[in-house]
Amino acid sequence: MNFDIAMTGFVALYIFTLAAFAGWVIIGNVPAILHTPLMSGSNFVHGIVVVGGLYGLFNATTPLEQAIGFFAVLLGAGNAAGGYAVTDRMLAMFKTSDAKPKAAHGHGHARVHHLKKS
Amino acid sequence: MLTLVSQLVIGGADLCAAFLFMFGLKRMSSPATAPSGIRVAGLGMIAAVAASFLYLFTVDAAARPHMMVNIGLAVTALLIGGVGAWFVGRKVAMTAMPQMVAIYNGMGGGAAGSIAALELFGGHTQGITQLVVTLLGGLIGAVSLSGSVIAWAKLDGVIKKPLRVKGQQFANAAVMIASLAVAGVIVASSLGASGLPFTTSTWIWIFFACALVFGVLMTLPIGGADMPVVISIYNAFTGLAVGLGGFVLQNPALMIAGMVVGAAGLLLTVLMAKAMNRSIANVLFTNFGAEAKAKPGAIQGNERPTDASDAAIKMRYASSVIIVPGYGLAAAHAQQKLYEFVKLLLAAKVSVKFAIHPVAGRMPGQMDDINDDFATTDVALVIGANDVVNPAARSDKSSPIFGMPILNADKAKQVYVIKRGQGKGYSGIVNALFYSPNCNMVYGDAHVVLVKMIEAVRGLGAAAA
Repeated sequence: MNFDIAMTGFVALYIFTLAAFAGWVIIGNVPAILHTPLMSGSNFVHGIVVVGGLYGLFNATTPLEQAIGFFAVLLGAGNAAGGYAVTDRMLAMFKTSDAKPKAAHGHGHARVHHLKKS
Repeated sequence: MLTLVSQLVIGGADLCAAFLFMFGLKRMSSPATAPSGIRVAGLGMIAAVAASFLYLFTVDAAARPHMMVNIGLAVTALLIGGVGAWFVGRKVAMTAMPQMVAIYNGMGGGAAGSIAALELFGGHTQGITQLVVTLLGGLIGAVSLSGSVIAWAKLDGVIKKPLRVKGQQFANAAVMIASLAVAGVIVASSLGASGLPFTTSTWIWIFFACALVFGVLMTLPIGGADMPVVISIYNAFTGLAVGLGGFVLQNPALMIAGMVVGAAGLLLTVLMAKAMNRSIANVLFTNFGAEAKAKPGAIQGNERPTDASDAAIKMRYASSVIIVPGYGLAAAHAQQKLYEFVKLLLAAKVSVKFAIHPVAGRMPGQMDDINDDFATTDVALVIGANDVVNPAARSDKSSPIFGMPILNADKAKQVYVIKRGQGKGYSGIVNALFYSPNCNMVYGDAHVVLVKMIEAVRGLGAAAA
């Protein structure tokens, strides 16, 4: 038995089509406030390229291939790790609104309508 | 046997990763679930990378003698790239985030380009389809790499000004055509064409050099203000390159992750451009920045409309909001809805204040206290008020309302104005506030808009549950 995946042209096209549709639907209706974090998050996701780099490096036979493979893994790992670190920090502002630092309230709003949670 | 088990485990891990990426991205597209989204995607990444070491049991016989060296190289590259990028990503100032996204994205593009190069130099591609796809992936990856580096340099201030030369677009087109032509030569030589001046590997070097130069040329003329959109485009490019690389390597996880990011990145680019009131073609080809400043008249720019839900979510995650109610609120009978909305904001621990102008029923002088607060406030929400927040009264001596005391709503970091439509206020004067870069318009009847805002904030609570 062979578990190798036979990726014929049409199977690949089906995968591409469905994945593209999924990506489009997943992002639909996202509020503007999340545009940048989401860009960063999807940037992290394509860090999966490091897996391809590892595959290439493990199968390298010449110094040139080893050098290129090393470069691919190096860059891919940077993409994944850096992308995660940056996205996580961006999303920290959405964590829980309780932990959020409050803005200074200033003084003397006695005559201004000033609602506060009682 | 070992090979078979390895293939199974790798396949399973990659399947999990593909699922977790999509699930994570879905969670990242709502503020309530976003922080957990990146964690979910991170798990997928760890699983896929760990499992990929099992490729060692499946390598070709030719690569076996090099295995120990290759493992050493892989671990070194993972450690240097991963740990280095992690620490930089953790330490860098929050304001430097966009350029960090650019540089990490460029790294991904470079990795995808390198994989294509590996396949090309090693002659691993089988058949013309794989060769063409590899070349395409390599081209896109390389453009994304050099383009992202230029984007980073611009945002980081290394390159100060957009570089524009006459006939630049022709030069760009020429380089693009050159790289496609070289790609054609590589395909031809693989089909056995003879009499070419260089060896195939020389052509491959030329191909990547052209692609890298194209990325640089394409990004140099674009102004710094448009960089987020450009980075988003390159993000989609890298996704596409990774997806194509996945096809060549016969790896469905790369195909799915890459293609999801490619499509999501494209949509995100469209949305971002829309939020900035720009079209993508405009960003890429018309050298923004010079053009926007050239508009005649005292007031520059456009009114930039936004969705009620976007504005509501921004307020929900702000720490302070000042509401400026005006005649439009009363005219729409929306006071009750405003009260509901404010209750939601207060429940989310947002500090909410009201600033009411004398013409809306209070005496002059009562607004002086709050006027100093706008500068330290995240969001000012103006509901159906116009002249009382027109900064022309402060600055423009020729304005008929010059000298009238106004509320300094324009000083807030972000201003949203709920307004029935474009047009002038009671006094018939154009309001400079509506055109300022920190102001977005939410068009519609105050009652309708507030109902939408309440729904948007409530929806967040439902998504979190």
